[in-house]
Amino acid sequence: MADVSLKGEQRVFMTGNEVVAWAAVAAKVDIMYGYPITPQNEIMHYWTRLAPKYGKKFLQTEDEISAGFTMLGGVMTGRKAFTATAGPGNVLMQESAGMAEMMRLPAVFVIQQRGGPSTATVIYAQQETTLTAFGGNGEGHRLVYSTATHQELFDYTIKAFNSAWTYRFPTFVLGDGYQAKMRESLTIYEPEAKGVKLVQQQALVGENKPGKKFRHLRNTYNTEDELYEVVMANQREWDVMAKKVVEWSAEGCEDAEVVMVTHGVVSRAALSAYQQLRAKGKKAGFFRPITVRPFPDQQLADAVKGAKKVLVAESAYGQLLKMVKEALYGKNVELVPMLRPGIGITTEELIEEYNKL
Amino acid sequence: MQELKENNVLQPAIPRSWNEETKPHKFCPGCGHGIILKALGEAIDELGIIDQVVFGCDIGCSLLSWDFFACDSVQTHHGRTTPTITGMKRANSDIVGIAYMGDGGGYAIGSQHLFNAAVRNERITVILCNNCNYGMTGGQMAPTTLPGMKTETSPYGRDVNETGYPTKGPEMVAAVAPEGAYVARGSIANVRQLKGFIKKALENQLAGSGFSFVECLSSCPTNWRTNAKQTWEFVEKDMAEYFKVGELRIPQAKEG
Ligand SMILES: Cc1ncc(C[n+]2csc(CCOP(=O)(O)OP(=O)(O)O)c2C)c(N)n1
Ligand code: SF4
Ligand SMILES: [Mg+2]
Repeated sequence: MADVSLKGEQRVFMTGNEVVAWAAVAAKVDIMYGYPITPQNEIMHYWTRLAPKYGKKFLQTEDEISAGFTMLGGVMTGRKAFTATAGPGNVLMQESAGMAEMMRLPAVFVIQQRGGPSTATVIYAQQETTLTAFGGNGEGHRLVYSTATHQELFDYTIKAFNSAWTYRFPTFVLGDGYQAKMRESLTIYEPEAKGVKLVQQQALVGENKPGKKFRHLRNTYNTEDELYEVVMANQREWDVMAKKVVEWSAEGCEDAEVVMVTHGVVSRAALSAYQQLRAKGKKAGFFRPITVRPFPDQQLADAVKGAKKVLVAESAYGQLLKMVKEALYGKNVELVPMLRPGIGITTEELIEEYNKL
Repeated sequence: MQELKENNVLQPAIPRSWNEETKPHKFCPGCGHGIILKALGEAIDELGIIDQVVFGCDIGCSLLSWDFFACDSVQTHHGRTTPTITGMKRANSDIVGIAYMGDGGGYAIGSQHLFNAAVRNERITVILCNNCNYGMTGGQMAPTTLPGMKTETSPYGRDVNETGYPTKGPEMVAAVAPEGAYVARGSIANVRQLKGFIKKALENQLAGSGFSFVECLSSCPTNWRTNAKQTWEFVEKDMAEYFKVGELRIPQAKEG
């Protein structure tokens, strides 16, 4: 474990899982709840080493259902809490994510995607994109940041806590096994020293203040109409949030003939493919949703306005593609999918695919 | 205790910890849930801890208690009340966390949580209503359904060769919980004793000595399709014969 501190800022070289643990410390998180699963384990390993030094806590639960629900208990008492998981664990955590959606709990989940379905591989995939964005028996009232670099893992983990406690929708950092295990350089910092204000948390229950009014929290309703009101109120607030939190990045789309659309770690390959293609005089464009939920629909539609083709590349079989299709419904542009479930996508492969068009 | 007389008519004593605005409660007539919650309410009153209590209820008829008490409460998912309250207590040890659930919630879908909370000696109190069936969903067989007992999913009577014997929850918890745990089984047939058990369970949490668990033998006349006499007979005789009432684990008094 790197010998670092969070005073000011510091250049470090570490794995993505270590980065997440440091980011949670930087975000002044009080407690982590977790259950072992590869490739997320080291988030817990680093957290349990850091926690006592920073007066923080950890609970290893009996499964991911429990990790999710204990975390919800923690946030209800007004403590910053999070959990981390992957693959089949992500499946089990969707139950608690659903309760967080319904009860508007500021839950934070870090997902390091592995291969799927089922146990699959412990290595890498982008096959939890749909699950993370829409898991549960509801409407996907959540916020999902899909990171690409270690710097982003640090920045967006801190941001995830801020967004969760601002908007009170469950918030996910969607990484993957490559990001989790890879080592790279980044700057870690004390958020306040960089002008990043940490959002103050508030207790929903268990605050013993004189004269406080008790609260009854629930997720069950008696009638269709009652439920409709609740879901629609959440939908309206989610829509308002969506406009404020949606993030994307676009390069060279103004005059692009072909726009490459990717997310997460694949967008790194796409960005360098874009740069190399441009250097050769090709009219390539780059578009990347940073929030996959809410998805930057309008921004993507604008970005591909002048393009003839959109190349959608992902390490899954059509999960990003589905989101892109929805965003571009009715637009006159050809979609070219490059779908590689559970395997990485390199710059060279993207250029090769591009050159076939 | 509140004033027992109103307009010179003797009123039933309502625990101060109850939320009067939500009474009369929502359980069926003759249901044991209300009796258990009265015992719990009185225990909370006697200990004077209502300001610290966070009450969690499960899915099952226990959910009808989501607004039952005049304290913070949270209604969770089926089986997930134990981890929710555990997470609260871990994050904020000043609260008194109570997880209230049915036998389906505690012994079937949430059994891994109950078992492991007991093993870890979580400083919470779990109160479980044993009514020998899944009440809310219309009377299916539960882990606690008695041998030969008819339910919607054991219409010819529970066949122990096919479905095993009824779960003995307190015995299981007592077997796995470390030193410091409190475990008991009470019954709505003896409310005074039941209240005593619940009070000790809460005291155990207040003392920080360990996990506390009280199973309560309860009634579900609606799904049992029993009249008042048959209901009491079933609780007092049939259930008590299989599920022995009493304390299973009492923490040793600290020396000094
Ligand atoms: C995940 C899940 N599975 C099933 C159900 C349906 N369900 C609601 S209540 C219940 C049984 C409740 O029985 P018990 O826990 O014994 O409580 P009781 O109603 O008897 O007090 C079930 C199976 C559910 N709500 N959630
Ligand atoms: S169904 Fe049974 S357990 Fe549920 S409220 Fe009615 S009597 Fe009580
Ligand atoms: Mg029951």
